[in-house]
This record gives sequence, C-alpha cells and structure tokens, in this order.
Amino acid sequence: MARSADSIQLSARATSAARESRAVALSWRRLRRSSNLVVGAVIVVVVVASAALAPWLAPYDPIDQEFTNQLRPPAAAHLFGTDEFGRDIFSRVLFGARIALQVGVLADLIATVLGVLLGVVAGYVGGRLDALVTRVLDVMLAFPYLLLAMIVVAILGPGLTNAMIAIAVVYTPQFARVVRGVVLSVKEQDHVEAARAIGAGPIRILARCILPNIVSPIIVMSTLTIGFMIVETAGLSFLGLGASPPTPEWGSMLATGRSFMLTAAWITTFPGLAILVTVVAFNLVGDGLRDLLDPRLRGRL
Amino acid sequence: MWKYISRRLIQLLPVLFGVSVLVFFGMHLIPGDVVLVLLGEKASAAELERLRHQLGLDQPVYIQYLRFVADALRGDFGVSIRTRQPVIWEIQQALPVTIELSLAALVFAVILGITIGVISARRPHSALDTGAMVFVLIGVSMPVFWTGILLLLVFGGILGWLPLGGILDTSLTIRRITGMPILDAVLQGNWPAVRSSTAHLILPAVTLGSVLMATIARMARSTMLDVLNLDYVRTARAKGVAEGGVVGRHALWNALLPVVTLIGLHLGLLLSGAVLTETIFALPGLGRLTITSVLARDYPVVQGVVVIGAVIFVVANLAVDVLYAWLDPRIRYS
Repeated sequence: MARSADSIQLSARATSAARESRAVALSWRRLRRSSNLVVGAVIVVVVVASAALAPWLAPYDPIDQEFTNQLRPPAAAHLFGTDEFGRDIFSRVLFGARIALQVGVLADLIATVLGVLLGVVAGYVGGRLDALVTRVLDVMLAFPYLLLAMIVVAILGPGLTNAMIAIAVVYTPQFARVVRGVVLSVKEQDHVEAARAIGAGPIRILARCILPNIVSPIIVMSTLTIGFMIVETAGLSFLGLGASPPTPEWGSMLATGRSFMLTAAWITTFPGLAILVTVVAFNLVGDGLRDLLDPRLRGRL
Repeated sequence: MWKYISRRLIQLLPVLFGVSVLVFFGMHLIPGDVVLVLLGEKASAAELERLRHQLGLDQPVYIQYLRFVADALRGDFGVSIRTRQPVIWEIQQALPVTIELSLAALVFAVILGITIGVISARRPHSALDTGAMVFVLIGVSMPVFWTGILLLLVFGGILGWLPLGGILDTSLTIRRITGMPILDAVLQGNWPAVRSSTAHLILPAVTLGSVLMATIARMARSTMLDVLNLDYVRTARAKGVAEGGVVGRHALWNALLPVVTLIGLHLGLLLSGAVLTETIFALPGLGRLTITSVLARDYPVVQGVVVIGAVIFVVANLAVDVLYAWLDPRIRYS
C-alpha cells in the first residue's frame, strides 16, 4: 500500500517536473516578447539600488538644514534644488526610496501572510468558520480603502509604522478573497481527492496539493499591490497621518512643498516623479508577471 | 428584478451590523480615557464624571452599543468636539459637495475613458494605440495628490485659466438649497455663480477622475477588442453596416458591461480620492471633514463620517450591482 502510494507520487512528480520545464521554456519565450516586464524590472532594480546605496549616493544629509541655501532651483550643486529649509531634494528623494520600499514591502508581506492564512483556513475548513471569516471580510470591504486606513490610524495614532499597518489591514481582505476562491476550486479537484484516498492528512494536502496552486496568483497580486501600497502610504503621509517632518518621505515632501507650489515647483515635482516612476515600474512588473504566470487572472486582478 | 434587489438588501444587514460593531468598538480601542481626551488633562474629577455620565460611559458596554445603534438610526451621532455642532449637521453640510465632485469625476472618467478605449481598439498596436496605453499606464500610477498639484500649477498658476481652489469666487454667494454648488446656482438662475462654481469644479473633477479614467480606458480597450472579433460583429460587417454603426451600435453596448463592474469595484477609490482631492483644492466636503476630524481627534465626527461613508459606499455598490443585473439578466439567477 505504502509502496504503491510512493510510486504514484514519484510518477506524478516526474510528469510535473516535465511540465514545469516545458512551462519554463514557454515562459522564457514569452518573457523575451514582453518588453514591459523587462523595462519594469530594470526600473525596479534601479529604485532598489538607489534606496540601498542612498547613504553613499546622496551628496548631502537628507535632514540637514542650510539656511543660506533656501529654495534654490535645480543646479549642479543641488541636482533637484533645495526646499524651504535649504535641504537637498535629490538626497531626500534618494532616502525617500528607502522609506517607500521598506513600507511597501513590509505592508505587502503582512497583507500577504494574513490574507493567505485567512483565505486558506476559510476555504479549506469551510462551514461556519468560512461563513464567519467571509462576513468579517465583507465588513472590511464595505469601507472605502483610505477611510478604513484612516480609522486604523485614528485608533493607533498617526505615524509611519501605524500607516503601514493600516495599509496592510486594508489590503488583507483582498488577498484573503482571492486565496479563498482558489482554495475552494482546487479543493474539489481529482488530485486532492486522490491524495486523500491514499491517506494524506490535511497538513500534507494543504502543503503539497493546495499551496502550490496559490503561489502564482499570490506572486502576481503582491507585485501588483505593492505599487498601490506605496502610493497610499504616501497619501496618508500627505494628509499628515503617516511620516512626519523632517522624515524624507515622498508624500510628506509633497505636502510641505505644496505651499511653495507656484514659486518653487521643484520641491513637489521630484518626489512626485519618484512616486510615479516607482509605481509605474511595479505595475509593469505585476502586469507582466500576470501574463507570464497566470493569464487567467487577467481582469480579476 | 425586485426579488434580486430585495435579496441583495437583506444581504446588506449583516454587513451594516458589522460596520456598526467595528466603528463602535474601534473607538473603544483608542488608548487612554476618551473623556480625558475630550476634556484635556486639566479637567477636574467631577467634570470627568459628569461627561462620562452624559456620554453614557458609566453604563455596561452592551447598553452603550445599543444606545449608539439606536441614536445612529435616528441620525444622531452626538456633537462635534471641535465645532460644538451636531455631527449630522456637519455631515449634511459636507456631503453634497462630495457627491457633486464624485459625480463630475465619474462623468469625466466614463466619457474620456471609453473614448480612449474605443479609439485604441479600432487600430490595435498602432502608434495612436501605443501612445494611449502609455498615457493610461501613467494615469493609473499617478498619485492623486500629485496630479492635483500639477494641474493646479499648470492651469491655475502658470496659465491662470482656472481658480486655485474653493467652490466659488468670494464675490459671489449662493443660497443653500441642496448644498451642491452648481445645482444650487442653476436652481436659482444665478448664471455668474454657475460659471464660477463650474470653473472651480473642473480641476478637482479631473484630478479625482483620472485614475478611474485610465482604468476604464484599459478595460474598454480590451473588451472592445474581444467583442470586435465576435461572430455577430462580423455578420454586421458582412451585412454592410457602416463601420461607425458596427462600433457604436453593435459592439459598444456589449463592451460596456465590464466597465460597469469596474466602476463598482472602484467606487472605493473614488471616495478615497475625494479625501485627497478635497484637501488639495480646499473643498468643504466629506473627505475634508474626515481628515480634519481625524487630525483633531474629534471622535464623534469620525464615528459619524465613517458610518455614513460606509453606508453610502455599500448602497452605491448595490446600485451598481442592480444596474449590472438590469444590463445582463443572467446575473439575477446565479
């Protein structure tokens, strides 16, 4: 009995390995055609590199004020100009990339982990627990994104960490919903039934049969949402609920630069551009990955 | 159809119950003594006790919750700490401004989005299509608050065509009827005020609608491409229907269905964007009220705004679903 189960598994592994290598070959062919993904990935690498190397790349300290150099337009000494406190905007934008990426990646991780947990438990266990989780998710989805984030910040108090937690909370139901849907449909498939028939326990079924199926929607969804998370954290900071001055955060740079919009447009232009470029890059990568890994998700994500 | 609507309405009840629980207990999670936050550190013990009794905070929690729900159903959310006005009055002042802004943004997004999508789909992979799709990608990724600042800078500052914020020129006044500036001005036949309030609405509406516009354009393009390849469209062409008729009458209506769903999915984005847009353009709407009350820790207003915001959002979603079911009868039976 045990031996035959093993041999079924072995041959299943062999065919799935063959299928995988074929899929990889196909993916490479498609990858070469999807220039968007490549362009997006290159920009993401540049953003990540400038965030990582900010302390070495930045010509000035992002917080040091230099009152003799206030509101200077972009020039050789200050590539992106200076703000109302004489701080170098180029340096601040570079350090801002660190904050944006840290917050985006962490919020994304939290939302992904929580969403997968909730979705898998609700979808796999089913019954009353599923009904309860789904109801709670429905309630959370009944709030407009930013409003829910603002409630969380109102409860926790303003600050960058709390803004990040708020954004993670807001996105968790969406992850959970997608994961639950995939789990529900996979659960009914024959290979799960077969695994159960040869005596696999629930943990084994979850780990070997169900989780592999949610990997690609999760990768796609995480990349697609990271851009929006960066925008929304910047939005909370813009409203005064996230990072507070003098932190070089893109959203709060835009908020303070707004008063000098007409006289010193560069204060808002460069952080704005930084957000736009970063988000465009993540969206290109997310769209590209979706088409590459799981074209069925088109329209759903 | 009525059966479908009533079923959906019944499904709303648990959601609204959950919203009330979340809002009520959410405010209880705020660290520290609410009464102390309201009155400040210098208040005497007797004052604290009196307010605690006045707010019913000396009652058991479930009684407090029931009172909260009973009051909320009557539209009573208490009194604003900041302005001493009833919360519901504050909301009544602010809500129409946001509704007018959101409707204008929606109209802008739908008209321009569908136009761009259809034009792109007519000649896929042409230079025009590629240009439109780059524009759309930027539109989707633009942070709303930067879009607003840029539009203000260009059209308000450099060109000076449009006003820099607010809802009306300070020299003009409109009597409040509905609270929506343009509508009130039209109802009163006050044409200078109509002109001025419309001019004040253009940039905020474009700002708020830009993300939705880009999303609609993308969706309209891909569904239009799908529909244009279907048999009945080929039949229409074969029958000799002119190209404009094929696109406009045969294909467009079927391509609109996913756009309606998309609007439903993005209503939350619109309401969220309203907070940022109203902040940038200094509009006295619900979003502005939300952020000022959150920053001022004016909890009664936060509670009221959140409940009203969630109800509006849920009802608007229902309206979209009903519209969708009316457009596509298959949905009613699934």
